[in-house]
Amino acid sequence: MEGDASGERPRERGISPMEWRRRHVLGLADFSTEEIEFVIDTARSMEDVLTRDIKKVPALRGKTVVNLFFEPSTRTRTSFEIAGKRLSADVVNFSSTVSSVSKGESLLDTARNIDAMKPGIIVMRHPASGAAHFLSRHVSCSVINAGDGSNEHPTQGLLDLYTVLKVKNKVKGIKIAIIGDILHSRVVRSNLHALGRMGADLWLCGPATLLPREMARSGANVTNDIREAVRDADVVMMLRIQLERQQTAYFPSLREYSRKYGLNSEVFSLARKDAVIMHPGPINRGVELSDELANSAQSIILNQVESGVAIRMALLYLLAGGHHAAH
Amino acid sequence: MLLIRQGRVIDPESGKDETGSIVISDGKIADFLPGEAPKIFDGKVIDAAGHWVLPGLIDMHVHLRDPGFEWKEDIRSGTVAAASGGFSSVACMANTSPVNDHAEVTRFIREKAASQGAANVFPVAAVTRGMEGKEMTDFAELFEAGAIAFSDDGKPVRNALVLRRALEYARAFDFLIMEHAEDHDLSEGGAANEGWAALRLGIPGIPSAAEEVAIARDILLARLTGGRIHIQHISTKMGVDLLRMAKRAGLRVTGETAPHYFTLTDAAIEGFNTNAKMNPPLRGEEDRMAILEGIVDGTIDAIASDHAPHDDFTKRCEFVAASNGIIGLETALPLSMSLLAGGKVTPGRLVELLSVNPARILGIKGKGSLRKGADADVTIVDPEDEWEFRESDVRSKSRNSPFYGWMMKGRAAAVLCGGRVTHSLLSDVAADV
Repeated sequence: MEGDASGERPRERGISPMEWRRRHVLGLADFSTEEIEFVIDTARSMEDVLTRDIKKVPALRGKTVVNLFFEPSTRTRTSFEIAGKRLSADVVNFSSTVSSVSKGESLLDTARNIDAMKPGIIVMRHPASGAAHFLSRHVSCSVINAGDGSNEHPTQGLLDLYTVLKVKNKVKGIKIAIIGDILHSRVVRSNLHALGRMGADLWLCGPATLLPREMARSGANVTNDIREAVRDADVVMMLRIQLERQQTAYFPSLREYSRKYGLNSEVFSLARKDAVIMHPGPINRGVELSDELANSAQSIILNQVESGVAIRMALLYLLAGGHHAAH
Repeated sequence: MLLIRQGRVIDPESGKDETGSIVISDGKIADFLPGEAPKIFDGKVIDAAGHWVLPGLIDMHVHLRDPGFEWKEDIRSGTVAAASGGFSSVACMANTSPVNDHAEVTRFIREKAASQGAANVFPVAAVTRGMEGKEMTDFAELFEAGAIAFSDDGKPVRNALVLRRALEYARAFDFLIMEHAEDHDLSEGGAANEGWAALRLGIPGIPSAAEEVAIARDILLARLTGGRIHIQHISTKMGVDLLRMAKRAGLRVTGETAPHYFTLTDAAIEGFNTNAKMNPPLRGEEDRMAILEGIVDGTIDAIASDHAPHDDFTKRCEFVAASNGIIGLETALPLSMSLLAGGKVTPGRLVELLSVNPARILGIKGKGSLRKGADADVTIVDPEDEWEFRESDVRSKSRNSPFYGWMMKGRAAAVLCGGRVTHSLLSDVAADV
């Protein structure tokens, strides 16, 4: 990727020649299959950078990436920060605990203020569904959605797809069970597009209160029986139970949840021999996933984290015009 | 003296639908002259040829935001919007600041409307003090001050016992209780109809049952007390079914819907469109069809706009945080006229929904009719006028509508309120407001 500062594209391996026209990454709902593949291909070339001794290229030199986080997050924010810094962007972190948000400033005003400082890209996490879409309509820079309420978490969807591809070499036809709080999960909604669109045999499983019946309209299989979901699965993705979200009890107790919807060795033995375990993190050990399985060789949770940096580098690179500049 | 000359006079209350002219004198309907209009008339003449001449339309559910939220709307702007949309009367809800739970507030609204209004304003007072669902307001005093009915709209009476007492107490005076039917426990935290559209976008849902449970409760309390209750803005299929059942059982229950519930579905929230956010929320296609059926078969008595003005900044925000409601006074008539296209709703039925029934349910004397002696409230409609609803034409102070850019057919060409012209698109007739 040398010479990138002068507008050269990174030395690529099989990046399909497509025009990247997208200004924002708000969700995967409107991503075409080709775009998804293109991001994955770009992430592959970014991963080359990550294997070097000096893991830094000048692609985004002089550009500012603002991480605007209105919800606590360590890994996603850090992942974006590292991705930005490896591309030589100036990364600024702005989180709600230190922001004017606590003084009651509206998202619109916050957005306009940040926009007036002329960042290249805003990466935002926000507790309200649609917040990133809203932001994108009121700023002149690019917006990457780092999770908006229960709507989408597109970079997670892409990194999950990328991780599955790396481990399984394909997505089409493999059985992927996603288990947990489907109702509130933005990870699920992005993965319905990322994994679902690429032809995975998707199964959604959780207690009935967290798995609305209408979810069947997503095209995924739905079941309240974890055994049915895990049986012969190639990938089992466990979702975090939001302990803090139990304002109105969706299930009787964590103990009961763990018994019926937690993944342990006994249930996991129903999966294929070479099955792997994923989790978007952070894990509640002993609740949705047993400590033993979380530490096992079948767990590819840290591979997900690693893929995350490459995916985020790819998106920052593409949005900053890296690809466009080559034309 | 004023002559509305040779229009199609549609007055279901007197069973009239024929060409003729209306004579107005001293703010009252003085005469109806069938057929050919007189060649000579000693007074002002409004030519209504090719137009419909209707008893003045009554919107029985609006929010005028006055007192307290005058930057969203006030009695002046709200009634100008009403007149512009074809309405000569509106019933305004009590969720002002202060709440209309005291005769002083009711009088303020009446007096401001009398001096500045472009339409008759009938205040609906709160059922409970501060709309807190605990203690009844002084119904009789409020009525004497000009309140036409009682509703805690937006904040339904949560405690069934309180509502029972209110219905029972009101019965002795034959006062009407209007209920925004919503079970708050079931709807808590929700921002859109619980269905695929909201699920897909990750927006917390409000199930239909939140409305239906409350309607069922209200009907059972009407049965228990013999009180008169009106269900506001029905949005669900089962809500219509329940109302139908209550009517068959002979209970004193009526119901209204709003144009958006038979025009739009929850698909409109796509893209997190906050102008498609209201309470009750836009529902599914099955519900929309059931509302239409309820309108056709007479189960639904009235169409009311639920005109809910909101300033830009309470709509220009995250979907979940956005205020509920849309402005509706200027689109209610044309959207309702779209019902005529299928032929199942006649112009006469439309007049019942928008004038006759609201007057009857609210117990407003001298309105909803063009009989001799009735108030000279008249809406003149051009049924063929095709026009685009544009933001720049809006007369309300607020702009929160999902209907910009829609092509409408049918429009109020002129409105008379007590003989005074409050709106006119006719070239030779000037409005006097």
